[in-house]
Amino acid sequence: MSVKLILRRLAFLVMVIWAASTITFFIPRMSERNALRERFADLARTGGFAPADLEKIIASYSKQFGLDKPLLQQYFDYMWSVLHLDFGYSLGKYPLTVMQLIEQSLPWTIGLLLVTTVLSFIIGNLMGAIAAWQRAPRWMRAIATPFILLQGVPPVLMGVLLLFFVGFRLKWLPLGGAYSLGTIPSWSWDFIWDSALHQILPALALIFGSAGGWVLSMRGMGVTIQGEDYVNFAEHKGLGGVRIFRDYYLRNALLPQVTGFALALGTVVTSAIVVEGIFGLPGVGSVLSAAIRANDFPVIYGIVLLITIAVATLMVAAEFIYPLLDPRIRSD
Amino acid sequence: MELPEVRQPSRPALILRYFRRNKSLGIGVAVIAALVAFTLIGFLLVDPQAAYPLSAPTRKPPSWQHPFGTDFFGRELLAAMVVGMWQTAVIGLLAGGLGTFIGVVLGFISAYFGGWIDAIIKGACQILTPVPVLLIQVVVAGSLDKRDVTILTMAFIVVMLAWMGPTLVIRSQVLTMKERQFVSVAKLSGVGDMGIIFGEILPNLLPFIAAAFVGQVFAAVFASFYLAVLGLGPLREPLLGNIIWAAQSQGAFFNGWWWWPIEPAVAMILILASLALVNMGLDELANPRVRRTE
Repeated sequence: MSVKLILRRLAFLVMVIWAASTITFFIPRMSERNALRERFADLARTGGFAPADLEKIIASYSKQFGLDKPLLQQYFDYMWSVLHLDFGYSLGKYPLTVMQLIEQSLPWTIGLLLVTTVLSFIIGNLMGAIAAWQRAPRWMRAIATPFILLQGVPPVLMGVLLLFFVGFRLKWLPLGGAYSLGTIPSWSWDFIWDSALHQILPALALIFGSAGGWVLSMRGMGVTIQGEDYVNFAEHKGLGGVRIFRDYYLRNALLPQVTGFALALGTVVTSAIVVEGIFGLPGVGSVLSAAIRANDFPVIYGIVLLITIAVATLMVAAEFIYPLLDPRIRSD
Repeated sequence: MELPEVRQPSRPALILRYFRRNKSLGIGVAVIAALVAFTLIGFLLVDPQAAYPLSAPTRKPPSWQHPFGTDFFGRELLAAMVVGMWQTAVIGLLAGGLGTFIGVVLGFISAYFGGWIDAIIKGACQILTPVPVLLIQVVVAGSLDKRDVTILTMAFIVVMLAWMGPTLVIRSQVLTMKERQFVSVAKLSGVGDMGIIFGEILPNLLPFIAAAFVGQVFAAVFASFYLAVLGLGPLREPLLGNIIWAAQSQGAFFNGWWWWPIEPAVAMILILASLALVNMGLDELANPRVRRTE
């Protein structure tokens, strides 16, 4: 991979981040809605202070947040703080900054995402490969083929179904939350066991909700690859079925899936966020849905922007991994 | 010598035969037809007003009187399913149609005229593609006044960042098609730009446009569903995602009101699965290389 290509991809990454942050800057400012006014009108209704002070408070907060400066100035200030990953203060939990809120919740989300994404990629691709592999034993294909149907059930709906059948009907697993009500977070084994039990259903929802896509694309890939000459050649050499499957068929069919993986990252992350919201797990998703309920705009925009930057960066990073997997690209 | 008469099967018979060969298209179309029938018959039998809060006794499980049960806010869930299904269809068709239309227009302009126009359109598509669409839609939907969020605004929010896919697909198809011989022949015969676009290229692109349209409807239904599940939908409307959001906010499973979230979930699965099946089937139709023989 040439230096020129790397530089071009990095420039592309900068463009993506610039576009995303420009959109998140201008859209809220185009709307009629005044976040501060709504927030304090809400507080005034519930807490009770004189509306005369309200205007003063809003004015001083606007100054504090720099909302009284000209738009262009605001735009450059904003871009400058985005560069530092500084998204300002939360309106709802004021002394906390948006970044602090994200930092508290991010480990949960990353943990859930890592485990589920890896597992669904492995399960989905394996099932897809078996479903397409005509030399596979009949019982294996009988197990693998129904996985295609998962395509129609996205993670959130899978979550609702699992909650109903496993949590509600069978009562095997808890119905939501990060740990049982009444327990106090600690490093005891009981608590760790309890919170692990609460993670199982959301994890299963994400694994099986996103496996369908991999099954489908891998099956399509597998159908073309198994007719290739090198696969037939391997068979005529007298290699065993497992060997052909693993080294000649699976490896080659997996390559385009890695590209697909990079493209699917955005959907994977957003699914995880919505699933977290549905299950009430502590994580970026719950912070986001709480912020939506409370009209806590800086938190909404901060989360959106941070995730966009993360996804775009990971996508470009995945492209750099590609030559390591495919020797044909390395030489170019 | 008399030739035996060749009987051409009737058109419906041919279509049915094709459905038998292309199973995913057949099943998908059948499920969609069933859903449409459910909605249409539902509108005749139930009062759409019952889909809104305070129109029925609250929290009743499914029974003869309330076939789908009622929810915490006093919606008749059967009516809510009928209206919600209809609203989902409106959002899907409107946003899908608009997205496809913009995609076709931009794709054509980009591929046919080339040069700097092409560079701008292609560049914009490529830069916007890695941005997780749903998150930007969250920003847009969150910036709107809650009272301004209606079924129509939902559709426009969804379409705002959903035209890049069809644009790139149509662009690449037009690029290959404009090098074909029949286009050169038309050009040499003095057919103008518009004549070539509408008379020569567009008809040949119809299968791709149809596939892109179904894909866009799927994406639009999916996106509006996610937005509604996050609580960004028009909260008063019985949109399927809204019902799930409301059920989860009220702890429906904890309280034993299982029918409340499960019904919209099953409806949504049927919609998404049938659209995915039709999409797969159209792929086969548009791409004869994978077409199966009888």
